[in-house]
Amino acid sequence: MSVIFEKSKPGKNGFRIPDNGLKDMAELPEDLVNDGIDLVDVNEVDVARHYTALSKMNFGVDCGMYPLGSCTMKYNPKINERMAALEGFSRLHPFSGDSLSQGALKLMYELSVSLSEITGMAAFSLSPAAGAHGELTAVMIIKKYFADRGEQRRVILIPDSAHGTNPASVAMCGFEVKEVPSTKEGDVDISVLEQMTDENVAAMMLTSPNTLGLFDRNITVIADILHRNGALFYGDGANLNAVMGVAKIRDMGFDLMHINLHKTFSTPHGGGGPGSGPIGVAPDLVKYLPVPVVRKSADGYFLDDACPASIGRVHSFYGNFLVFVKAYTYIRMLGAEGIRNACEHAVLNANYLLAGLKKAFNLPIDRTCMHEFVLNDEGMPNGVTTNDIAKRLLDYGFHAPTIYFPLIVHGSIMIEPTETENREMLDRFIEIMISIKKEAGENPEMVKSAPVQTPVKRVDAVLAARKPVLKWEK
Amino acid sequence: MREMSKIPEDLRYTEDHEWVRVTDGLAVCGITDHAQEMLNDIVFVELPETERQIKQKEQVAVIESVKAVSDVFTPVSGVIVEVNRALEEAPELLNNDPYETGWIFKVKTADESELDGLLNASAYDELVQKEEEEEQ
Amino acid sequence: MSFVSNNKTDEKDMLKRIGVNNIEALFADIPEDIRSTGGLGLPEALSEIEAEKLLRLMEKENRPRLSFLGGGVYPHYIPAAVDQLTLRSEFYTAYTPYQPEVSQGTLTAIFEFQTMICRLTGMDVANASMYDGATAAAEAVLMCLGMKKKRRVVISHALHPHYREVIKTYAWANDITPAWAECAGGVTDVAAVRALLDDDTGAVVIQTPGFFGCIEDVAAISACLSEKKIPLIVVVNEMVSLGLLKSPGQLGADIVCGEAQSLGNPVGFGGPLLGFMAAKKAYMRKMPGRFVGKTLDADGNTAYVLTLQTREQHIRREKATSNICTNEGLCALRAVIYLSMVGNRLRDLARLNHSLAAYMKKEFSRIGCEPLYESPCFNEFTVKIKNAKSVLEKLSQQGIVLGLDLGDYQENLTDAVLVCCTEEKTKQDIDAAVAAVKAITV
Repeated sequence: MSVIFEKSKPGKNGFRIPDNGLKDMAELPEDLVNDGIDLVDVNEVDVARHYTALSKMNFGVDCGMYPLGSCTMKYNPKINERMAALEGFSRLHPFSGDSLSQGALKLMYELSVSLSEITGMAAFSLSPAAGAHGELTAVMIIKKYFADRGEQRRVILIPDSAHGTNPASVAMCGFEVKEVPSTKEGDVDISVLEQMTDENVAAMMLTSPNTLGLFDRNITVIADILHRNGALFYGDGANLNAVMGVAKIRDMGFDLMHINLHKTFSTPHGGGGPGSGPIGVAPDLVKYLPVPVVRKSADGYFLDDACPASIGRVHSFYGNFLVFVKAYTYIRMLGAEGIRNACEHAVLNANYLLAGLKKAFNLPIDRTCMHEFVLNDEGMPNGVTTNDIAKRLLDYGFHAPTIYFPLIVHGSIMIEPTETENREMLDRFIEIMISIKKEAGENPEMVKSAPVQTPVKRVDAVLAARKPVLKWEK
Repeated sequence: MREMSKIPEDLRYTEDHEWVRVTDGLAVCGITDHAQEMLNDIVFVELPETERQIKQKEQVAVIESVKAVSDVFTPVSGVIVEVNRALEEAPELLNNDPYETGWIFKVKTADESELDGLLNASAYDELVQKEEEEEQ
Repeated sequence: MSFVSNNKTDEKDMLKRIGVNNIEALFADIPEDIRSTGGLGLPEALSEIEAEKLLRLMEKENRPRLSFLGGGVYPHYIPAAVDQLTLRSEFYTAYTPYQPEVSQGTLTAIFEFQTMICRLTGMDVANASMYDGATAAAEAVLMCLGMKKKRRVVISHALHPHYREVIKTYAWANDITPAWAECAGGVTDVAAVRALLDDDTGAVVIQTPGFFGCIEDVAAISACLSEKKIPLIVVVNEMVSLGLLKSPGQLGADIVCGEAQSLGNPVGFGGPLLGFMAAKKAYMRKMPGRFVGKTLDADGNTAYVLTLQTREQHIRREKATSNICTNEGLCALRAVIYLSMVGNRLRDLARLNHSLAAYMKKEFSRIGCEPLYESPCFNEFTVKIKNAKSVLEKLSQQGIVLGLDLGDYQENLTDAVLVCCTEEKTKQDIDAAVAAVKAITV
């Protein structure tokens, strides 16, 4: 597939810029001005064809099932896009001033209130632009909380099943990461946690349900151990789709959490963003939330940045506002019942897949799952690996599940259907997975050389890393 | 069955899969065949600075494959006098020839008695066997 | 609205296959005492029709009629092709391209984005995007200081105040000390920078055009850093300026980062934005964010893939260069389609921006509102208006947002307003605004 630069030819560009009758360049000294730029010279026709062709080499949720564990690739309602494109939102400048931005501020306020209701947290900040950004912000709050108390706590605990952003966020704030092991049944090892929780521990970060798709049965015990020690309990809310409407994160004992709007609340993944990672906190942490905070008064809504205990600003403005519009639209359309219904069907769908696949594939931990579950490649014939299975699924029009995460399961395959897959699609997925296993036995080369039906075959990642070429050159 | 990894007799080994060969106070160090097999295709090596003073077991280099990163620890204390710049252009040398052209760094040793604490070829062989059994 | 298509029969069948009696049984691992009783206290569900009505009402409550705001986020014309092509659901409903064989669309476009950012900034490598200009700047600081193991960073007062605050937040979390270099005449005072440099300084950060609209002398600042080999981070938050101005790379920058929202993305009440980071080759392995690299597939055809991932969180974990995972992929796609559409005409577009701003500056002078600074500007400038706060308030009541009251950011800048003109403005718009100011100030 060629790049747009290869279609460039002098004179092709048909984009006209009006001149407005103003030719005032006298102000700019020569030494500030460049000699010309070299971007690309193509016509709109080329642009339309090129990017249309590129899109056909992509696979989105609208193309088929995306069983990526931990990502909640649910269907993105189209109304979301239309609402985010409304000019009153998309053209509103963030510096417009409170009195001229009441609709936008109201939306942000109501979204925060909804998220608080769903999770049980006292208040939310919508500023973080992604889940990892939310984690980082929360770790900063943890840091400030203890600094204010005059306590020097240097350690944050994470389970061995944690998502990579967890330890990375912790390290970015100067804390030390210590890993807590999980039991064979997939819960946090409580006895080890007890031993590890000392006065040097500031907090523990845990995903709930966890990254194996299992609900930790000792969740309130974990919270208790931490709280007795004066530590805080942070919830990675990536898996909120598994509990929303059924249980509140705060009730599990968490003091702060982040939510991924682009997972749980149907905003599109965009091929790598934009996301949004609002953070919610318990009452005594509210004062630390980043500025500005959206507040409601008798006169209307306003942005408040006079928050003396706040950790400060974490985004140039207020977060990914147009993403809020999409999440808000979704929450309003679903309502209380719809949210619970989505959660229940997400869990139903996952358990259905689990029931259909557990005989054919190795299931490291045999428990009722929540909205996702983990299999692995143990026992696959002829040395066929998790990677091979993932690649072969692409040939059948499915996106691969999440592979090789969490790290505590060797060769893990994490499957999350979400509630928007229908039963027929789930049946087909089961059928295909089983046929791939059969292929692995009878015709392993087919699986090991997959994918063959995709726009490109298996890609050489080693070459890309040994000799990085990160931009196009003539 | 996988081919047995090579373990030259005349070298000393660490539990972290580094090897060392000392001649006249100069120690040449690298990673073992078993290590490069485990790492798979190596794509990048972060070499240490020369003239750096190092203590035994200190982390001195980082090896990256596509999907993993591994620290390299020095088997001996001393001063780093040379690093294998060839690895910058051709990290695959570590995979293809880990004991010769795939050497990583050279140390002017501070204390040769440190070698006595390291594993000889047969002890290292046992270690590798044990690890491979655990994998299964 | 519901997006669940299984009906009650499906439900029953599925429960049977699973081996439980009801859905409730699937939640058995959640302790009873923490399960919610009663429904969520949320407003009733709405149909799509009602939802749209509601959102349209909210939209109408946002009422600027005419706005000359800039200040880090710039309203530019977005060609229709950008909206239409990014609405192709294969692009926007796709996940991060971890399975390259089914993501060549996203990967190719990001590779093009990286290329274009390098060309505009004069740098060797650029990543796939960051959240916004402020966090990009903060992460650039962390990168430089981490590489040299230093604890101090010198930052110009002409860096956007919100960016300064974000850097402060990140600095506090990492025990880094920012030192602030004063401005003179609206631009960074080179002597002030020089005076602040010491052996613990790991980077210097400036912005061009600066927050007050003035174009910085990047070369002069770069020169005073070369002796101590301190890297220069140049922040650009109006990328259209690079259509006309010399690239920071040409002028001695080591890292160029900032905000690329101007390229094909709406102002959107401040988000989503499009942070970017570009640098000289030496920084490649230390840079945060994703990279798309060129490679071959099993048949020997060109293909693109995420590369150098071992720096990233999912592999390096606590030793990662950053924790960044999801970035601003779709916004970067919009930028690359925008730049493909506008192409080298970006230079003419930039010229138009500058002309409009220069015209407005002149018109302001004619009514006695002089520019505050002499330094050349691009499409933004600071104008002196007596009783600025009151004037802006009165204009706001007419639905006109003239610009940013700088008195809110600096004590000595009351009666100074930051005004921006992009190609979205016409001569008539400018005349109307100036007339409105005249009517109030007379």
